[in-house]
Amino acid sequence: MAITTRRDLGRLAIGAAAGGAAGVFPASAQGANPLRIGFAMALSGGLAGNGRATLLAYQIWAAEVNARGGILGRPVQLVFYDDQTTPGLVPGIYTKLMDVDRVDLVTSPYATAMIAPSMPVVMQRNMCFVTLFGAGVNEAFKYDRHFNMNITGDNMKETYAKGYFDVAAKLPTPPRSAAILAVDNEFAQKAAESARFHARQRGLRVVYDRSYPPTTVDFTPTVRAIQSARPDVAFIASYPPDSSGILRAASELRFAPPLFGGGMIGPQLAAFQAQFGPILNNLVNWDVYSPEPTMNFPGVAEFQEKYRAQAQREQTDVLGNYIPPYAYAQMQVLEQSLQRVGRVDQAALAADMHAQEFDTIVGKFRFSASGEWAEPRNLFVQFQNIRDGDLEKYKRPGTKVILAPETLKSGELRAPYGPAGA
Amino acid sequence: MHPDLVLLLNGVVSGLLLGGLYAIAASGLAISFGMLDIVNIAHPALMVASAFAVVAVGTWLGLDPLLVAVLLAPLFYVLGTGIYAAYHHFFERRGDEALQGLAFFFGIMFIVEVGLVMAFGPEQRFLDPPYAFVTWRLGEIDVPLRMLVPLLLAAVVVGSLLLWLRSSFTGLAIAAVAQDAEALRLMAVDPVRVKRLAFGISVALGAVAGGALVVVQPVEPTSGQIFIGRVFAICIMGGMGSLPGCVAAALLFGVVENVTASFAGPSWSPAVAFGWLLLVLAVRPQGLFGRTA
Repeated sequence: MAITTRRDLGRLAIGAAAGGAAGVFPASAQGANPLRIGFAMALSGGLAGNGRATLLAYQIWAAEVNARGGILGRPVQLVFYDDQTTPGLVPGIYTKLMDVDRVDLVTSPYATAMIAPSMPVVMQRNMCFVTLFGAGVNEAFKYDRHFNMNITGDNMKETYAKGYFDVAAKLPTPPRSAAILAVDNEFAQKAAESARFHARQRGLRVVYDRSYPPTTVDFTPTVRAIQSARPDVAFIASYPPDSSGILRAASELRFAPPLFGGGMIGPQLAAFQAQFGPILNNLVNWDVYSPEPTMNFPGVAEFQEKYRAQAQREQTDVLGNYIPPYAYAQMQVLEQSLQRVGRVDQAALAADMHAQEFDTIVGKFRFSASGEWAEPRNLFVQFQNIRDGDLEKYKRPGTKVILAPETLKSGELRAPYGPAGA
Repeated sequence: MHPDLVLLLNGVVSGLLLGGLYAIAASGLAISFGMLDIVNIAHPALMVASAFAVVAVGTWLGLDPLLVAVLLAPLFYVLGTGIYAAYHHFFERRGDEALQGLAFFFGIMFIVEVGLVMAFGPEQRFLDPPYAFVTWRLGEIDVPLRMLVPLLLAAVVVGSLLLWLRSSFTGLAIAAVAQDAEALRLMAVDPVRVKRLAFGISVALGAVAGGALVVVQPVEPTSGQIFIGRVFAICIMGGMGSLPGCVAAALLFGVVENVTASFAGPSWSPAVAFGWLLLVLAVRPQGLFGRTA
């Protein structure tokens, strides 16, 4: 039989006192502990272009927050792993982040294909989850602690392409036909579905409607087939390598419909803008940010200055006009919620995010019940006045003129696409 | 001219032009995989590595990307001989070339891709020669020079290589080592040395293909992945070890892809193109120009 000595009782008493003190003075017990935010990010592979730009934006945010004394008295620490743009790696990374690294908070990888595999793991652990540029990820999961930094909002089918067809309605000659081409991936197919919906709603005859695999090398026959259908409006939903091929083919074949563009990912990026120069003239394309006077939100100019000073060294997009402001704002969402709630409590943070408005460098917004932006803000910009590939003009108004939505409009439509309309 | 006929003619012409790119990309593999039985799955990645080198050097010196690719080819030849030396030492001489050798080349592929991301970043890189934005119009047919010039380069490079393989002692030795390495050894020719030389040539061809790739499209570290299936299919369809077969198969592949894209849509192109591979192999199991056992 074990005998309890006075020494044992003394140790027990000291232990209880220390534990009690930690409970009474939680701040002093945690003061040295960083607030750890964990995530996977595409630092290599096909999505690394935006992934690395996102990481730089997060690092800028973390440095600013720590310079101000951290959040809730705790310095912010980013804990991240490269998901290599490989969806299969994502569940393992988030399991490690939460179970081994024991981070306080998690945010998502970049883009739908990488966010979706992270959801089950995050949901199992009831974490509040702010995602970056997913498209309809929560439609199937219906997770009430999911919040998405993406301007597409709920019901992408009805909202995504609306602005594009609103712009089409302003063509000098009313459009009667539309062509739709989309890469075989989730985001582009949803964009194409929206284009189809709006074309039919407005009585446009769809004269070409096809998909293509991401491995397509030569787009000449496809663009020629679209050209032979003579559409008034051509809506393309593509990713950067394909957007290059499609625009190059359009230029070579002198394909110049009254309205050309749509949901091409690529023209938002500096490398693309440098290469294609005047080929972009009069392209009307989906975007998320343009340095127009109507989007001069507080803090965005200062952020971009810091980002651009470091982008070259970090080998990321040198302009930062696409994902980076939204990545920074994603962290602002976490920061503002934490400040209001006052503690790391996943349920309380989620409730706060559902209830409150956020004021960030990309403007003010609220989240809907499904965690998307309550008010979608799909921009459609037109490239105008481009004579070369110099990138300085993309830092100023007048190059990516906002045509839709009306609340942010900063210029007028020019038609047709291409040199004839420049 | 009837619009469908115009589409067909342009589909065939653009397919031949695309086939030129495929031919120069697959020609190196025709040597390493077709002749030496080395499953060099890293070949497209090495091609992309050359493309990045071409962009860097070409931008610095202000030279045409194809010229830079030809100038860099000897360096890639040396790299290729080094890769083969390692492969032979660790796998081939032990008889482990089947699975372990394949894993070795997978490893090289990933190292090259990640190395390119770390060295250059993940952004697309480009180096457009002056003719990249020029299109010749021959009646109803459009011929963009960015596609024509790689086809012409493929013709010159592969033609020169074929001539050398058939007329020089070393070229004949490479063909011989593909047939019977032991018999070659009995003739006092070291088959390992010949294979090392041949593998170096295959990587050098990949380097030239990298220059062609830069002319056709911007490149990023993972650009090689879309070529893996195609280049192996072309080598097999053309007949293992046959350079003329490789070129013919590449042109056929390009035409089938583009004509399908013109009329049925681009999502059908891979299925139809690879379907042609199965058809060719069903009729001629040894490939278009391959020899029966």
